Amino acid sequence: MIKLTARTSERIAKVFILSIAVLIMGILIWIIGDILLNGIPHINFSFLSQMPRNMGREGGIFPTIVGTLMLTVLAILIAVPFGVGAAYYLAEYTKGGIVTRIIRFGAESLAGIPSIVYGIFGVLLFVEILGLGFSIISGALTVSIMILPTIIRTSEEALLAVPKIYRDASFSLGATKWQTIRCAVTPTAIRGIVNGVILGVGRCVAETAAVMLTMGGNVLAVPSSISSSGRTMAVHFYILAQEGVMQNAYTTAAILIILIFIINIGTNAVIDQFISKRTKGAR
Amino acid sequence: MSGNTANKIEIKNFNFYYGNKHVIKDLNLSIRANQITSIFGPANSGATTLLRAMNRLSDLEPSTRSTGQILIDGQDINDPKVNVTDLRRKVGKVFEIPAPLPLSIYDNVTYGLKFLPGKKKQEILDTMEWALKTAALWDEVKDRLHDPALGLSGGQQQRLCVARVLALKPEVIIIDRSCSGLDPISTSKIEESLIKLKKDFTVIISPHNIAQASRVSDRIAFILMGELVEENEALQILKFPKDQRTSDFITGRFG
Amino acid sequence: MLKFKENLPGYIFFGFALSAIAALFTIAMFIFREGIPVIIEYGFINFITGTTWAPTRGDFGILPMIVGSLSVAVGAAIIGVPFGVCCAIYMAEFAPEKMKKVLRPTIQLLAGIPSVVYGFWGLVFIVPFIRNNLGGNGFSLLAASVVLGIMILPTIISISEVSIIAQPKTYKEGALAMGLTRWQTICKVQLPAARSGIIAGIILGMGRAIGETMAVIMVLGSAAQIPKSLLDSARTLTINIGLEMSYAVGTHRQSLFATGVVLFVIIMILNILAQYFTRQRVKKV
Repeated sequence: MIKLTARTSERIAKVFILSIAVLIMGILIWIIGDILLNGIPHINFSFLSQMPRNMGREGGIFPTIVGTLMLTVLAILIAVPFGVGAAYYLAEYTKGGIVTRIIRFGAESLAGIPSIVYGIFGVLLFVEILGLGFSIISGALTVSIMILPTIIRTSEEALLAVPKIYRDASFSLGATKWQTIRCAVTPTAIRGIVNGVILGVGRCVAETAAVMLTMGGNVLAVPSSISSSGRTMAVHFYILAQEGVMQNAYTTAAILIILIFIINIGTNAVIDQFISKRTKGAR
Repeated sequence: MSGNTANKIEIKNFNFYYGNKHVIKDLNLSIRANQITSIFGPANSGATTLLRAMNRLSDLEPSTRSTGQILIDGQDINDPKVNVTDLRRKVGKVFEIPAPLPLSIYDNVTYGLKFLPGKKKQEILDTMEWALKTAALWDEVKDRLHDPALGLSGGQQQRLCVARVLALKPEVIIIDRSCSGLDPISTSKIEESLIKLKKDFTVIISPHNIAQASRVSDRIAFILMGELVEENEALQILKFPKDQRTSDFITGRFG
Repeated sequence: MLKFKENLPGYIFFGFALSAIAALFTIAMFIFREGIPVIIEYGFINFITGTTWAPTRGDFGILPMIVGSLSVAVGAAIIGVPFGVCCAIYMAEFAPEKMKKVLRPTIQLLAGIPSVVYGFWGLVFIVPFIRNNLGGNGFSLLAASVVLGIMILPTIISISEVSIIAQPKTYKEGALAMGLTRWQTICKVQLPAARSGIIAGIILGMGRAIGETMAVIMVLGSAAQIPKSLLDSARTLTINIGLEMSYAVGTHRQSLFATGVVLFVIIMILNILAQYFTRQRVKKV
């Protein structure tokens, strides 16, 4: 048994945890790389624009793109006012107390509820009791509750990170509370709030279980309205993979991952260009 | 000195508490119009708290309370009839650190104005120009009014904050340790404009050192641990302090 | 009146904020309303200790699924926790700025990848690897543990990192000043101080593993049996619901909601534990 000096063990430990971090990156590259390498060569315009044929074995994925888009836009439209509004309440208006603790408990718990539970809840309430059927609107309502905690948490953090002196400055220039929130706090926090919304978009695009249960994934037509049923790309990918249609599964997954890349990176660039031009240098 | 020695602000038996902490103790002080009064004391002396109470920014903090009165032109500012936003327009405040909002230079200077009803565009533009000129910033920013204010240097930012307060044409201007982080050139620019300002305004500063207090003040009030130790003309207090604690502080035995 | 107008936005925001708790309450109410009758009829004890799941014959024993869910959660934790905590230590204490700039988006991306993609990766690489090298058909607890272990990394890493960073600097500086090496400081001072936060992260990670549906369906198989080895297939509570929901009717369907009730309760217990440990952390710091 060799006794290690503190110095040597320090060095070994450092190398060890560095290699773990590298390993994690390696796995990510493996997962994503495999899909992109196998998928990208087959992405072309006809795959994006054609109808699937023979249960997705041939043809393209056009209806699932439309389905993904409709689901995401609707879910975001529903969730954002509630999520951002709740964040404003928690960050700006509450003075603490039992009601606030209950609200916080609700938001934190929602974040942990499995998507399959959201799914069966959506089937019960939206599909059956409210009579919306297996439809995009049922899926969007279900997913909007799922992304609520993400939007609340991220927006609240953004609001709480606004330095107190901005509020003081605004108040001492004769602004009311609402004017302060609107004109001093929001411009400073908008980046973080938009970030929260983007995270929500990402979850809408990625969600499978809840969407499959509530949107009625068997139909492979282009949804004509929000009360049509439909499939998202994620659901389509899952079904293709389960049925062993590997090439089209790879191609669909590659598009899905590229889309998530674009949502994450692209929107940041857009924020930099438009929203934060004037707030540049804040924080 | 303008010779006008009317009292603008009367502070009577004023006490202030943070929770159970008694931070301002039975303080009485008169502040004269058209003069620069320094409210001066070491860290945690209560000076900053007193300045926050004067335009009721202290309202924003939970579990604070006060007793006694602060009268501005004879009106108690804590009277329920007083509209607090009007009060804050009347008593402008520049903070310890430069705190421009993350907006453009233009939006910062006109920030308070846009909440006043019935202001015409031209009027706002004129006021903005006047405020920036008075704060000695106009020449440096007139060509880039729509650039982000946070792109300015620290000294420019602080003068912008002065301009922003001036734009509201307040009656009292409170400046809280505003030069603590600034270079000497910016400091002297701000001090010059302060001396110009006192023709039209009542200025209260909490200077960050004795030298600054002696350069700009007409009168100095020395505060220690929430109590007023003494108040007098600047020269009197600096050369012939009556209280031992004041002279100890001025000669650098503590603080 | 003026007061009311000034407070109006506050009231509106309060209404929005209530939606969070209202949603949680509504979800619980509907799922319980649909699931509880079967549990009562079949007997709570029979329901959670029965080992036979044959809903068409009226057998609703979900013990295999409970065991399945807990096994994959523990398996995922065994794989995910050491890696996650080490990565968090690296990011909080050792990583140079450049490395952080690469690692942070990596973790974010790991969190953003759809779970079906993880499942697919497991299906294409892990399942065949196990089948070819370790035996069985590859759809196994082991495969699910590997896939879920990686999936829960972002949760564990981000929460652990925050609780290491959030400590007062004096802990670390005091220890270093007494002559401890960086590594000793981390093991003897910083990790113990971050314990509550790390535990919260692990609990949330396990909750995520228990709640995952798509990825486990793809790599675990769906055998409704109590697994005897790591190479056995199994079924989780989520799989049970996900597989049969689309065609179940009558009592069978209600029994799936009853499965949902059990899942909901397990998750809420984990949620409450995690929130408790998070508060411990906040209190201490």
